[in-house]
Amino acid sequence: MLWTTIKRIIKAGFVSFWRNGSVSLSAVFVMIVALFMIASTLIITAFLGTALKDLQDKIDINIYVDAKATESAIMDLKKQLETLPEVKTVEYISRERALDEFRSRHENDHRITQALDEIGDNPLPATLTVKAREPSQYEGISNFLLNKSELSAGSAISIVSKVNYNDNKAAIERLSKLIVGVKKLGGIITAVMVGISILITFNTIRLAIFIARDEIGVMRLVGGSKEYIRGPFVVEGILYGLVASFLTLILFYPITYWLKNTTQVFYGGVDLLHYFVANFVQIFLIIVSSGIALGAVSSYLAVRKYLTSK
Amino acid sequence: MIYFDNVSKSYPDGTVALNGVTLSVKQGEFVSIVGHSGAGKTTLVKLLLGEDSATDGSVSFDSVDIQKVKAHDMPELRRRIGIIFQDFRLLPNKTAYENVAFAMEVAGKTEEEIASDVPHVLELVDLSQKMWNFPRQLSGGELQRVAIARAIVNHPDLIIADEPTGNLDPINTYEIVQILKKINDMGTTVILTTHNKGVVEALGKRVITMDHGKIIRDDSTGKYAL
Ligand SMILES: Nc1ncnc2c1ncn2[C@@H]1O[C@H](COP(=O)(O)OP(=O)(O)O)[C@@H](O)[C@H]1O
Ligand SMILES: [Mg+2]
Repeated sequence: MLWTTIKRIIKAGFVSFWRNGSVSLSAVFVMIVALFMIASTLIITAFLGTALKDLQDKIDINIYVDAKATESAIMDLKKQLETLPEVKTVEYISRERALDEFRSRHENDHRITQALDEIGDNPLPATLTVKAREPSQYEGISNFLLNKSELSAGSAISIVSKVNYNDNKAAIERLSKLIVGVKKLGGIITAVMVGISILITFNTIRLAIFIARDEIGVMRLVGGSKEYIRGPFVVEGILYGLVASFLTLILFYPITYWLKNTTQVFYGGVDLLHYFVANFVQIFLIIVSSGIALGAVSSYLAVRKYLTSK
Repeated sequence: MIYFDNVSKSYPDGTVALNGVTLSVKQGEFVSIVGHSGAGKTTLVKLLLGEDSATDGSVSFDSVDIQKVKAHDMPELRRRIGIIFQDFRLLPNKTAYENVAFAMEVAGKTEEEIASDVPHVLELVDLSQKMWNFPRQLSGGELQRVAIARAIVNHPDLIIADEPTGNLDPINTYEIVQILKKINDMGTTVILTTHNKGVVEALGKRVITMDHGKIIRDDSTGKYAL
């Protein structure tokens, strides 16, 4: 009996979805807009998160080592830095490597290569590139390095000739603030978008059910139980959600493709299309489940209003 | 079978729709309730269906006080009553067949029962040809016959027809009344509200006359006294 009832409810929902074509179409359309808003804020926030993380990775402190320092002294310093809890990685760039990299970076600039050839000697110092776990920790690491004078001459730090953090300090601090700000803003925008989407979807479905309020009354008088009357509406709501989420996903592909070039201009790393494709399963699940939930809950609540009397 | 005990009904706006109505209907009777528009006929029907509740007095159906029936048990009770309205009230997105089948579905009938009974009642009201038409593709008389088929398909104990012929021409009116009479002859209690003099007199059954929410006459053989 229960199974027959469920079958009848599902069938009635499908039939009603099909026969109320224009109402279904507008509900689906509104839900596409809603899901699109939810999905794009989620994707953009997530994408910005990755992009900002990459930017964060570009922050570092360069320690220029005394030209006279021996390789083993530099290695000692490297090890010592690595023991600091704030430090994530320390990369050693020898004088030779620094020169090679410098040359290849400027290989099209004749005057610079010419100048280098004229000097003959390698003018570049060896460097240690330090990356912190959090942008806010650079300050501390930098202070630690600059306090070398207070330490004994035998300390590994004494070979540090220059720390370039102060040069970047302002930029790094601004970036840290920006990262935190964008993350907060992203969270707020997502919440607002999700709220708006739920509201417009709920109102559209409420309107669709308002149109059917007389039918609900008739069903009651013919002896329909509340569950039996509500069921098909909820099924219909789920169908709106399903159709809308599939259409949203289909729409997303060309749009991210089109945005690809734009995003690559301002940020060279990951592109939005790649992000969309790489995280498709996750995005698919989020959109489809929010579509189903939105449709089902809206319908459930909207019908409830017309089922209050006996 | 049906008992109205000193029932009064006032709407929130102060309108007194029923004023001390006492009335009983026995199993198998065919009762016509007549009265001018606004006399309180529809209100009476609504109380019997539990669509609204009385301000005073009690309404019982088969010794069950309708106002004490819980919301959850109401559908069960309504399946024992077939209801027919002036404005038909069919489900617009369902075919004639599906409208009738819906009443059986909510009553938990099996697919086999539905497949055999629905065509049968539609044939009874002479609509076999239009089984798969939607309400918008049917005339007033046809719509009312679908509504009757829906009302009788679950073999109810009582049929309530609230001005079923109000929107119909004389020929269709005659046909509908004949069908109701046939249903009554097969043993079902029928309550018919109308303000059609011809209908009442042709029936020659019990007539209750209402005016301003009160019963002013109760004749055992059809007289229309307004
Ligand atoms: N929902 C309502 N709210 C207020 N007044 C109503 C309502 N329904 C009916 N009435 C009033 O109650 C009286 C009886 O109405 P009704 O029972 O519909 O009469 P009838 O069916 O005999 O024409 C009328 O005066 C009508 O205006
Ligand atoms: Mg009326």
